[in-house]
Amino acid sequence: MSTVLILADFSGDKASKTTAELATAAARIGAVTAVVLAGTGKGAALAATVNQGPISNVLIIESDDFALHGVPAAADALAQIIKDKSPAALLIASYAFGKEVAARVAVLTDSGIITDAVDVAADGSATQLVFGGSTTVHSQVSHGVPIITVRPNSIEADFSTSAPTVENGSAQISDAAKKSTISSSQPPVKGGRPELTEANIVVSGGRGTDGNFVPVEAFADSLGAAVGASRAATDAGWYPHSHQVGQTGKTVSPQLYVACGISGAIQHRAGMQTSKTIVVVNKDPEAPIFDIADFGVVGDLFNVLPQATAGINAKQG
Amino acid sequence: MKIAVCVKQVPDSWAEKKMVNGLLDRENVDAVLNDLDEYAVEEALRIVEAHGGNEEGGPHTVTVISMGPERATEAIRKALSMGANGAILVSDTQLAGSDALTTSAVLAKVITDGGYDIVICGTESTDARMSVIPAMLSARLGWAQLTFASKVAVDPAGTASITRVTEAGVDEISAQFPVIISVVEKINEPRYPSFKGIMAAKKKTIEQKDLAAIGVAVQSSWSLVKDATPRPARDAGIKVTDEGSGGDSLVNFLAEKKLI
Repeated sequence: MSTVLILADFSGDKASKTTAELATAAARIGAVTAVVLAGTGKGAALAATVNQGPISNVLIIESDDFALHGVPAAADALAQIIKDKSPAALLIASYAFGKEVAARVAVLTDSGIITDAVDVAADGSATQLVFGGSTTVHSQVSHGVPIITVRPNSIEADFSTSAPTVENGSAQISDAAKKSTISSSQPPVKGGRPELTEANIVVSGGRGTDGNFVPVEAFADSLGAAVGASRAATDAGWYPHSHQVGQTGKTVSPQLYVACGISGAIQHRAGMQTSKTIVVVNKDPEAPIFDIADFGVVGDLFNVLPQATAGINAKQG
Repeated sequence: MKIAVCVKQVPDSWAEKKMVNGLLDRENVDAVLNDLDEYAVEEALRIVEAHGGNEEGGPHTVTVISMGPERATEAIRKALSMGANGAILVSDTQLAGSDALTTSAVLAKVITDGGYDIVICGTESTDARMSVIPAMLSARLGWAQLTFASKVAVDPAGTASITRVTEAGVDEISAQFPVIISVVEKINEPRYPSFKGIMAAKKKTIEQKDLAAIGVAVQSSWSLVKDATPRPARDAGIKVTDEGSGGDSLVNFLAEKKLI
């Protein structure tokens, strides 16, 4: 059986659920080897957490260059592993870091690349939802080792426990990969809320909030949801740009998306219309967002949301 | 400093996009300068303006580089009207439908020939949304990558530092020239071209070159679209009007769907 590589993804010092999603997709193609890139002396502890999903092997590469040089160093290591193992594919989480690593690995190994896959088939072909989720595309890499980045939260992960064999490897980081130096790194500021692109529920506010996100945040917290915002809201400075959902912001595909005071221009729909269930609260009954809503309330979010928040808090006691 | 800005002409982000024969239909939609590239042009102009500007004959220049059909001159003109000095457009029928690997190979050759200190890109185009070109350019050229920048500081003596903002957190990164920078949209507020800028842009040169002129042999795309189907439109569902219990009916809907 052929080997398929995944780049293990970590949240803090533990393998993230994205790692299990990558493993689940990769296992359709072959036996999964999860690559753990770690600082010197830190690989074994990280690798010990890579045990959810169908993973046969864990390959640890330790180097302080990963923290010092970031993307280019990680890409150098993966390109060497590919040349060494000739895997059937490499799957990486579709975050900024993963996409950039994939881009460099594709150049270094003369391989085709597919980004933002929402599904991967046994033949290594990938499904993408393009143009803001309005079109489904099936693509296949036709040269080299398929380098595929997989959008978090889109593959139903097999979380069964595995007991992979652990191997230690090494990689030579080139001088070209060391040309930029990271002098400091801060982890993302975590409020009590989940990360926008990973969340099962997202509650977003737009122009209708008039700059007051308190009811949106309170409703999000009652649901354990992430908070998003439309471009109108972020451009007005009402909410940080990092929370913008839409064509020029993040693409989310949660189980439940609640759009509050958002009209639903293509700009915004492009970032959320693949959500499983869409709920809308908007004063304007003609707002185009109602066209894609599973459930819509025509009303003032300042009345509807506090009542819904109280209702949910009461149910969850 | 010689600065280049890589830009792309894309379908207007407000337009509905369709696939025809495995490729994005670019013919029948309004085409504009990629939104995110405007931030790259703006940042390049701010860098030179902080060090005396980019007057003709001065030490600093901003050159726009693009690959695309001849029609892409419209988008390039916008970048020129913002204040860039001139532009290079690589246009060749063989490049239609090329993938990111080919695009990056073409841009890398033009960049090498131009001898730039800094190349600035937007983080992604609003049509393909891959975010891979800056990293591919860095890998092809062997230059430092300073990507996903929300802040850029340049010392004309030869160093650049950025604040990188991604899902993984905030990093401070620096490197010696030459560097590839990509900028996120929160970095600045792109200027609107002034009337004077628009008039001046009409006189600026857009050098058009084909593949033979830049000396790149094109390879076929290494990722192929097997099929593309429009997804069925979502049906509008239940719509209620709030008459005092809208919030409660919302909660009931979520409970029915087992979402709470």
